[in-house]
Amino acid sequence: MNTSPTLTKSPPTNFTPLDNRSRELRQRIVRMMEAAGRAHLGSAFSVVEILRALYDEVLRYDPKNPRWPDRDRCILSKGHGCLALYVLLAEKGFFPEAELSKFCKRDGILGGHPEYGKVPGIEASTGSLGHGLSIGIGFALNAKYEKADYRVFVVVSDGECNEGSLWEAAMCASKHKLSNLIVLVDYNKQQSYSTTYEVLNLEPFADKWRAFGFAVQEIDGHSLEQLRIVLGRTPFHPEKPSIVICHTIKGKGVSFVENNLHWHHKNKITNEEIRALLAELEVK
Amino acid sequence: MRKTCLDMVYELAKKDSRIFFIGSDLGIGTLQHFKAEMPNRFFMEGVSEANIIGMAAGLALESKIVYVNTIAVFITRRCFEQVVIDLCLHNLKVRLIGNGGGLVYAPLGPTHEAIEDIAIFRTLPRMTIIAPADAAEIRRLMPLTVDYPGPIYIRLAKGGDPIVTNNRVRFEIGKAFPMREGQDALILTTGITLKIALDAAANLGEQGIETSVLHVPTIKPLDTVTILDYVAHIPVIVTIEEHTVIGGLGSAVAEIIAETGFNLPKRFKRISIPDVFPDEYGSQASLMAHYGLTANKVSSVIKQLL
Repeated sequence: MNTSPTLTKSPPTNFTPLDNRSRELRQRIVRMMEAAGRAHLGSAFSVVEILRALYDEVLRYDPKNPRWPDRDRCILSKGHGCLALYVLLAEKGFFPEAELSKFCKRDGILGGHPEYGKVPGIEASTGSLGHGLSIGIGFALNAKYEKADYRVFVVVSDGECNEGSLWEAAMCASKHKLSNLIVLVDYNKQQSYSTTYEVLNLEPFADKWRAFGFAVQEIDGHSLEQLRIVLGRTPFHPEKPSIVICHTIKGKGVSFVENNLHWHHKNKITNEEIRALLAELEVK
Repeated sequence: MRKTCLDMVYELAKKDSRIFFIGSDLGIGTLQHFKAEMPNRFFMEGVSEANIIGMAAGLALESKIVYVNTIAVFITRRCFEQVVIDLCLHNLKVRLIGNGGGLVYAPLGPTHEAIEDIAIFRTLPRMTIIAPADAAEIRRLMPLTVDYPGPIYIRLAKGGDPIVTNNRVRFEIGKAFPMREGQDALILTTGITLKIALDAAANLGEQGIETSVLHVPTIKPLDTVTILDYVAHIPVIVTIEEHTVIGGLGSAVAEIIAETGFNLPKRFKRISIPDVFPDEYGSQASLMAHYGLTANKVSSVIKQLL
C-alpha cells in the first residue's frame, strides 16, 4: 500500500491499469454521455474504481429495499461524478437499466446531479459541493444514538475541499469521534479551471486531515486491491473518523481525456469522439 | 419569548425521543437541563452554521425532528444554501429558531439585524415562516411544530414583549387571526408589531375610525382566504412589519391584492423598514420609531388614505 504522507506536484505515474470490468463500466458511462450529449466525464472516470469497490465489495445494501434501516449509507458528495454511480446502481438493480439512456431527459429520473427521493439508492441530493460530509455526520450521529451498526461513506472531490463547510464538518466529525464515518477523497488534482495546486492548493493534504482529527490512509484510487485492503481496515482508529485519500487520474482510462480539463464538463460531443472513447475502452 | 421557546423544545423533547437540539455557540447555560437530562440529543456545535444545517438534515433524513437555534441573521444569511438544498429540497423536519428577528440587535449594527430574513426564506419552496407576537403564542405554536411537514423558520423577537394574543384562540400554522373588527381600515401585521397595530386601531377608534386588525404569524404559507375575505370589504389596507419593505408581509399581501379583482378600489400602504442598512445604533424601539414603526405613524398613514 502506498502510505507516503504527502504528494509532490507530480501525480503518481504507476497507476493500476484497468481491468475489463472497469472498462465496461466506463463504456456505459460513455453511452450515457452519448444519450444526453453532455457529462462530467473526467470526474466520473476518476471515481469509477472507488465506487466499484464500495458497491461490489464493501457496502451493505438491498436494492429491493433501498431504505432498509441497517444498510450502509453512501453519499456521493461530488455529485457531478454521478454517472459512475448511476451505472453501478442500475447494474445492482436499484432502478431499471433503461433509465440510463434517459440521462438528463425530461422523462428520466437521472439528472446531471443525483437527487434524493427521485433515484433509489441516493441518500442525499448533491451537486453543490461541501454538503455531503455534514449530512453524513447526521447519519453517523444517528447510528450512534440508535446503537445501529451501519456505516457512513462519503465520497468527496478534491475541489470540494476548497469549501469552508467541509472543514467545519471535518472538525465536527472528529469532535464526535465518528469512527463509523469513512470519507473517500477522489484526489485527481484537477478542478474545473486548472490543477488543484494552481487554483487553491490543498497540500499538505493528508496532514490537514490529520490535524482535523481524522485517521488517514493514502492509496492508488484505481487499484481495486488497495481499495479492498484499506476499506477492510476501517475504522483506522477506534475513536476517529477515517479518511482514504485516493490518488486518481481525472479522466482515467482514455488517453485524450486523462488530465484534460476540456473534458471536465463536456458538451457538444461528436460521433467521432464517442467512437474514439469506446475504442480506447474496448475489452481486452 | 426566546426562553419560552427553548423551554418548550425541552418539554417536547422530554416527551418525544425523536426530538434533537443543535445550537451554534449560544449563551452559557442555554438549555443546560436539556443537556443534562438528554445528552445524546443535545448538540452545541460552534460557529459553523453550514455544517449544523447539514448535520440537522442528516438526522432528519433518519426520521429525527431537529430544532436548530442561533441568531436569526446567521441561520438565514450564512447558511442559506444549506437551508435551500439540505432542508427545503429534501423537505425535512428541521425547525430553525432565529433569535432576534428584526431590529432586536440594533446596538450591534447591521451584521446582526435580521431585516430581510422573511424575504429570502419566502422564496424557498416548502419553507414555512412563522413570526409569533408574544411568548403566549409561542407556547401555543411549539407543540404544532413537532409533526408539521417540511422545514419551519421561527422568527423570535427580543423577549419580554407584552402579551397581546388571545389564549382562548387555538393557534394554527398557516392561519391569520382577526384581533379586532372594523369596516373603515385594515391593518395586517406579523410578529411583535401586533401591539403597534392594536394601539393604532384603538387610537383610530377613539377618533371614530373603525379598524380591523389581522395578525398574520404565518407568512408562508399565507392565509390568503382570510386576508382576501377582509380586504374585499375594506377600502384602506395597511401592513406593518419589522422587516425591509422588500419581500416581507407587505409584499406578500400586495401580491395577492394586485392579482385579485375587487369591485371597490383599494388604497394600500406598506409600513416597514426602508431599503437601507440601518445607519444608527440605539435600541430596537428607537430604531423602530426612527423608521416609523409606531402606532402614531400607522394611524396617520391610515387617516391619509381614508
